[in-house]
Amino acid sequence: MPERIIVPFGPQHPVLPEPIHVDLVLEDEKVVEAIPSIGYIHRGLEQLVQKREYTEYVYVAERICGICSFIHALCYSQGIEHIMGVEVPDRARYLRTIWSECSRLHSHLLWLGLFADSMGFENLFMRSWQLRESVLDVLEDTTGGRVIQGTCKVGGVRRDIGQEKLDEMHRALDPFEQNCRDLGDVFLNDDTVKYRLQGLGVITKDEAYDLGAAGPTARGSGVAMDHRETGYAAYGDLGFKPVVETAGDCYARCAVRVKEVYASIDLIRRAIEEMPGGPIDVKVKGTPDGEYFSRAEQPRGEVVHYLKGDGSKHLARARIRTPTLANIPPLVKMLPGAQLADVPVVVLSIDPCISCTER
Amino acid sequence: MGIFQMTKTVIRNLLGGPATRQYPAVPARTSPLTRGHVAFDPSTCRSCSLCSKRCPCEAIRLDKEAKVWEIDRMRCIACGDCVEGCPFGSLTMEQAYLPPVVEHVVERYTITYVKPEKPAKKPAEESAGA
Repeated sequence: MPERIIVPFGPQHPVLPEPIHVDLVLEDEKVVEAIPSIGYIHRGLEQLVQKREYTEYVYVAERICGICSFIHALCYSQGIEHIMGVEVPDRARYLRTIWSECSRLHSHLLWLGLFADSMGFENLFMRSWQLRESVLDVLEDTTGGRVIQGTCKVGGVRRDIGQEKLDEMHRALDPFEQNCRDLGDVFLNDDTVKYRLQGLGVITKDEAYDLGAAGPTARGSGVAMDHRETGYAAYGDLGFKPVVETAGDCYARCAVRVKEVYASIDLIRRAIEEMPGGPIDVKVKGTPDGEYFSRAEQPRGEVVHYLKGDGSKHLARARIRTPTLANIPPLVKMLPGAQLADVPVVVLSIDPCISCTER
Repeated sequence: MGIFQMTKTVIRNLLGGPATRQYPAVPARTSPLTRGHVAFDPSTCRSCSLCSKRCPCEAIRLDKEAKVWEIDRMRCIACGDCVEGCPFGSLTMEQAYLPPVVEHVVERYTITYVKPEKPAKKPAEESAGA
């Protein structure tokens, strides 16, 4: 029997910008056990809810994560709106959907780039990030911020998108979609990518369900679970079907994300076409008194904000469950059996976001 | 052939120019909405302190007695909440990002706003009102 050694992976490593630490127990080059540990960037943002007014906390909620920032703000705002019984205007719901999908687009393109980089496919990495830049430009033009949008607020949105800009976005979608399809074609059909990813880090449907996997990690294993189906924001009006793959390996998780890029483009296109007129926000009066579990679908999976108000202008408690926390147990299940050189690819395939996880 | 999927992109990249901007020779892209930094006009500020109360990161401090308005640029997250809440238009959001700094300095302004004197009421009006 070969001797077992422990190789520490992270928290600082060349492939992931996220400080995740995994102790890999190896037999020769093969992983037999993985022991994760987190806790390097805890910031105490949940505690901060007791010191900031509930309207100001949107800014803090948005800064929990640098990639899915808009969806954190959306999830928090929806929770407060539900507690206070505020009805958001239709136009605000559609604008929230457009910005949510733009966030998903740039998150997935960023992930595809990092994933290509972890495989050693530098050219594909550059190409993905080049496409992501055009999404960031749209976000900056419409909200004022590239990654921290700052447009969502309790009761609606802060900024409107003018009809001229909406038409411009609609015209730009076709060439952008063509570029994305060219890029997706490489991820889905290139032999280099297939040989590297197929059969790697397999997790079955039952295992994914039992371990509580979320987002593309669950959908890559055939669990058709996408919170957008419940129809929050304008998803109920637009109609939505989750993208599901059944193989459960790294290739399937990559394919889910590539196809979600296409789905997001389609959702943005339909949201622009069906954009209703009217106000973009309602005035919110009073203070939240009650509790609610607010849920939304982030690029990485389902995020849950538990909010509890006690009738004062500060919330009494906030608890945030992020998708990466749910995806770490499946990761521990995926790693045994992989070669040491494949560990970065497998770890990246769950799209870990540790700043979300530790808040 | 599966190994030539990238060829089209590679050829296009070779023929096309660089995708990046030659920063700082070419200035960074901004839009009219870009949140670069908060600018303060000391001549219109009436020391209502709404900005410092609204600021989610406690970057703004106001001393009403000394008429001093301070902003800690390292704490400021350029969210724009103070600009939105200022009733006198003393705060504006500028597009330019501030250059990086090597030491922690708090920017300090002395408020120069002078409350205009109320015109003295004419005795005729006073008697009419009564």
